[in-house]
Amino acid sequence: MATTTLQLRWLAHARSGDKGDAANVGLIALDPDFYDVLRREVTARRVARHFKGMVTAVERYELPNLRALNFMLHGALDGGGTLSLKTDAQGKVYSTALLRMEIEVPRKLARRAKELAS
Amino acid sequence: MKADRTVRIASGQGFWGDWLEAPVRQVQGGEIDYLVLDYLAEVTMSILQKQRSRDPAMGYARDFVTMIERILPDIADRGVRVISNAGGVNPRACAEAVRRAADAAGVGDRVRIALVVGDDLLPRLDELLAGGEPFTNMDTGRPLSDAREHVRAANAYLGMRPVVEALEAGANIVITGRVTDTGLTLGPLVHEFGWSHDDWDRIAAGTVAGHILECGAQSSGGNLLRDWRKVKRLEDVGFPIVEATADGAFTVTKHPGTGGVVNVASVTEQLVYEMGDPTMYITPDGVADFTSIRLDQTGRDRVRVSGITGGPRTDKLKVSVAWFYGYKAIGSLVYAWPEALDKAKAADKILRKRLKALGLEFEQVLTEYVGVNATHGRLAGDPDPDLAEVMLRIGVRARERAPVERFTREIAPLVLTGPPSVTGFAGGRPQVEEIVAYWPALVDRTLIEPFVTVEMV
Repeated sequence: MATTTLQLRWLAHARSGDKGDAANVGLIALDPDFYDVLRREVTARRVARHFKGMVTAVERYELPNLRALNFMLHGALDGGGTLSLKTDAQGKVYSTALLRMEIEVPRKLARRAKELAS
Repeated sequence: MKADRTVRIASGQGFWGDWLEAPVRQVQGGEIDYLVLDYLAEVTMSILQKQRSRDPAMGYARDFVTMIERILPDIADRGVRVISNAGGVNPRACAEAVRRAADAAGVGDRVRIALVVGDDLLPRLDELLAGGEPFTNMDTGRPLSDAREHVRAANAYLGMRPVVEALEAGANIVITGRVTDTGLTLGPLVHEFGWSHDDWDRIAAGTVAGHILECGAQSSGGNLLRDWRKVKRLEDVGFPIVEATADGAFTVTKHPGTGGVVNVASVTEQLVYEMGDPTMYITPDGVADFTSIRLDQTGRDRVRVSGITGGPRTDKLKVSVAWFYGYKAIGSLVYAWPEALDKAKAADKILRKRLKALGLEFEQVLTEYVGVNATHGRLAGDPDPDLAEVMLRIGVRARERAPVERFTREIAPLVLTGPPSVTGFAGGRPQVEEIVAYWPALVDRTLIEPFVTVEMV
């Protein structure tokens, strides 16, 4: 099957927030058909690699009912809450930082994702 | 009571500082039964405690009283009931201020006000520590005795039970301290439908309803990433409303004619907000399983939420301790084209050398380049070499005030003693801010709940 690389922004939307020194990112499939490829490709290990140097550990939870994955990004907020000196001390835009990640998808699915966006 | 009766609960405030018009629009824009308003975040409690230490009549969200004045006729004449944790660390003073406002407006005899106390652990903290409660920090494992002298506020998170008690006593306005955001919504549902306190699926359903309402418009089009350009008229955004039935299912909607949108995407984004393990959303009232939630778009701006399951509450309550940590300050300067980023980087180097030469000690000095890497770090990739401008943003943190104070005086001098094409310093010196840190802990609920009381004023 012919594949291509695609940024997650074409396959998912996301929202993030803080939990102490961790940020959470909920990654939600833009189409029900995209959930399986997200579940397969966007593993905790690959997300940890994507955020290498920015987080200390990653946990992943699945919500098939919402076609969503939830990622806990530990150590993401430089102390978190009031201690953090970061612009994004509450992890509000880790959501779109995850959407920068590229994954391998079938060409057909990539075409559909681009069509959906236009 | 008809079995298919619907109860309408409207969110009026997602945090202290949210849109002031929202609660009034919720009350006056259509039929609702309850208005719920969340004012408290961890950091808010320490700010309120500080205000109370200066003036014993303070320590609550004063915006709440101003807002209540605007909707008193609706409370008195239409029977809209209001539930809020605006009481902060002084629910009594808040309730008394609302009482005075109601009396002054001539509706005092038709408005019953309840206040909930017992969440504030500061007066009992030494006794609890002496009794062997360690208040172990859930993140660091340290006992609270290590930081006792720095504690500014300590509050247990209460659930829906005192809210139910207040409503059963006939309150039109319920004012609490640290009751959970979700408890403010679950309370009226338990009261209206007579749900058993151990009917865990319905408790979970009301908790999910509360989670959808607790951040205001964040579930009705605000901060919505999916198709954000298509979200219309956010200037008139309708805050979310839950229409619930006794079986635990509910519909999320908003008043007709308002801006924003309620769809599966807007509700889903709010559901995953600040989520940990979705199968264990723990509150004082029970544990909700977010993987059981079913969402269906049933009409324009209508999303039905059903199928929710949950489990029993735990024997612990969460405690939020606010403790004084130290000081921080953040300064910024703007560098213009050409070579804006290089100029900003050169300025950062000069500043760091000066701080070092002064012998100042910081826990951390953080430099960010706004427009280049401030939000996404290295993931943002290589910057455009021809950027129009870059904001240099430097933050410092220390346990002592003096080095932070001195740092605030080292920013402006860079204008005449550093790289060229610099501007954006009109705001003056950065402010030194006190850092009040958050210490999460657990405590046995048996030590707290007997002290929780509801009073009418």
